[in-house]
Amino acid sequence: MDNLLWIFISALLVNNFVLTYFLGLCPFLGVSNSLETSIRLGLATIFVLLITAVCAWILNTYVLIHAPYLRLITFIVVIASTVQFIEMLIKKLSPALFRAMGIFLPLITTNCAILGLAIFATNRGYDLLQGIVYALGAGIGFTLALVLLAGLREESELSDIPKMIQGIAMNLIIAGILSMAFMGFAGLFSAA
Amino acid sequence: MAKQQSESYEAFIRGIWRDNPVFVQVLGMCPMLAVTNSAINALAMGTATFFVLVGSSFLVASFKQWIPKQVRISSFIIIIATFVTVADYSLLALVPKVHKELGAFIPLIVANCMILGRQEAFASRNTVRLAVMDAMGTAGGFMFALFSLGAIREILGEGALFGVNLFGASFEPWVIMILPPGGFLTLGLILLFFNWFTVKKNEFIDQVAAAERSGV
Amino acid sequence: MNQDHAPDTSAVKSSRLVATLAIAGLISGIAIIGIYEVTLPTITINKARELRAAVFKVIPGVTRMQKLVYRSGELVPSAETERDEQPVYAGYDDAGIFVGYAIPGEGPGFQDTIGILYGYRPEQQLVTGMEVLESRETPGLGDKIFKDAEFVGSFRELAIEPEIVAVKRGKKSGPNEIDTITGATISSKAVVRIINETHETWSARLPPPGSEPAMTEPEQER
Repeated sequence: MDNLLWIFISALLVNNFVLTYFLGLCPFLGVSNSLETSIRLGLATIFVLLITAVCAWILNTYVLIHAPYLRLITFIVVIASTVQFIEMLIKKLSPALFRAMGIFLPLITTNCAILGLAIFATNRGYDLLQGIVYALGAGIGFTLALVLLAGLREESELSDIPKMIQGIAMNLIIAGILSMAFMGFAGLFSAA
Repeated sequence: MAKQQSESYEAFIRGIWRDNPVFVQVLGMCPMLAVTNSAINALAMGTATFFVLVGSSFLVASFKQWIPKQVRISSFIIIIATFVTVADYSLLALVPKVHKELGAFIPLIVANCMILGRQEAFASRNTVRLAVMDAMGTAGGFMFALFSLGAIREILGEGALFGVNLFGASFEPWVIMILPPGGFLTLGLILLFFNWFTVKKNEFIDQVAAAERSGV
Repeated sequence: MNQDHAPDTSAVKSSRLVATLAIAGLISGIAIIGIYEVTLPTITINKARELRAAVFKVIPGVTRMQKLVYRSGELVPSAETERDEQPVYAGYDDAGIFVGYAIPGEGPGFQDTIGILYGYRPEQQLVTGMEVLESRETPGLGDKIFKDAEFVGSFRELAIEPEIVAVKRGKKSGPNEIDTITGATISSKAVVRIINETHETWSARLPPPGSEPAMTEPEQER
């Protein structure tokens, strides 16, 4: 199934990484209290996802054919090192950018979305271009979900909400309704 | 000896309820919602996580003197990833149908913040015995949480538990429960209940304290 | 002189750090390779059994099968497939006589990709059966494509030329038409579309009826 557009739109909307596959929930629930932080985290994640997609493809094509059982451990090591490396790179190249984004990068390492992307792309046998498109769709979808939740949370700050609901419980229920809304995107690509 | 025993017991029981990793600490979210669309999937994931957590804690606590501080996180990750790979292949060989349902979420156990958190916070600083008890308690609490969520979603969403039909043919299943929104909503409502319970409990305690103070 | 609060930091040589990680990696590697080797026989047998069951289901009357790949313009038996090669399966009866092909295909359904296997008899140009291998369609609605026995059954003795057409329930008239499932129109049509598209690719590659590759005896396999 090669259709690049389908891969992109599917990852972005129809099978959104956060709202359908439950990947990337820790930052989704923990960091989405401010719109600005959410956008920054989203962009950082897109960046890491793209690099991960490329690294995963390289590993799969050249190394892991001979040792498929090493897949998980090599993926996680590569992801951790990549994030470390990017952090150092950004620190050197643009201290301002590092100050703005720096704290999120270590968080991204344990973000299931990164590892999830590598595993999903492998299971579906995506080639390099498909993997990149998939990462782009997934990253933008993740950012979209994050921004939506952050926007809703910022709005609700001024409302009178019973104390019992506040916190994670409310975020989860809002996420559930968002997820339901995104279900409406199913069937986007079906022939009439 | 008695103190050691009660310490172990305390470490174990703490993870099940008071410091339940899902309902109280809200860790390990990703696999939670994805695999709890049926009770059997939830149990399988819980068992796999139990194996990984206890195994890793055992190794980390055993070797903690030899792991330098700077590389401890990397070492923990290597240990955890090894156990997860073992669990993955074991499940594939023993219960291929369940493995297919859990899909990519078994490897994702590696990214479960709960496991890494436990190594960092407890296993790397305590005796092997305490670390294992703590791991078993935390993993037990995790399994309990997964199972509750899975059972609720399966009963409401399919009218069955473990595939056994409960309500007969006329039951109209609440399908949304086994779909992603159902996961979010169910967990949200359970946490809401937990909050409510805590608030009411504190209110009750305050009431009792106030009554005592006024010299009843 | 200040008490050194973190003696580890300065005292641990980087060679020790590397050594620790290397040893951890080595032990981990051994453990992983070990579990892989131990579980490999069981996993292979399970996979083969599942595939056989699916193939036998979609081509009624076969008791033996072999995997074929399309290599340099020809359909040849092969136990191993290269990375980009798509296999088909040939089914034979007890006497080793060719009965039909089992062809895998996939494509977007309503929610996500649907993977199917369909049986095909080239002589009569008939589809003999369909099995859904992978589906993430909506439970209770789209998942009827494998739960609705009538729908699955309607793929037996289905004409494939010029192509399969999905029609509204009850309107089925021609030998190449299929009733869609009420409430799962899109998923049903997706299955039909996947078969049509897969067949378009494969019908050009299949040898003329009567000249299918013969069953290779397992003992002769090199």
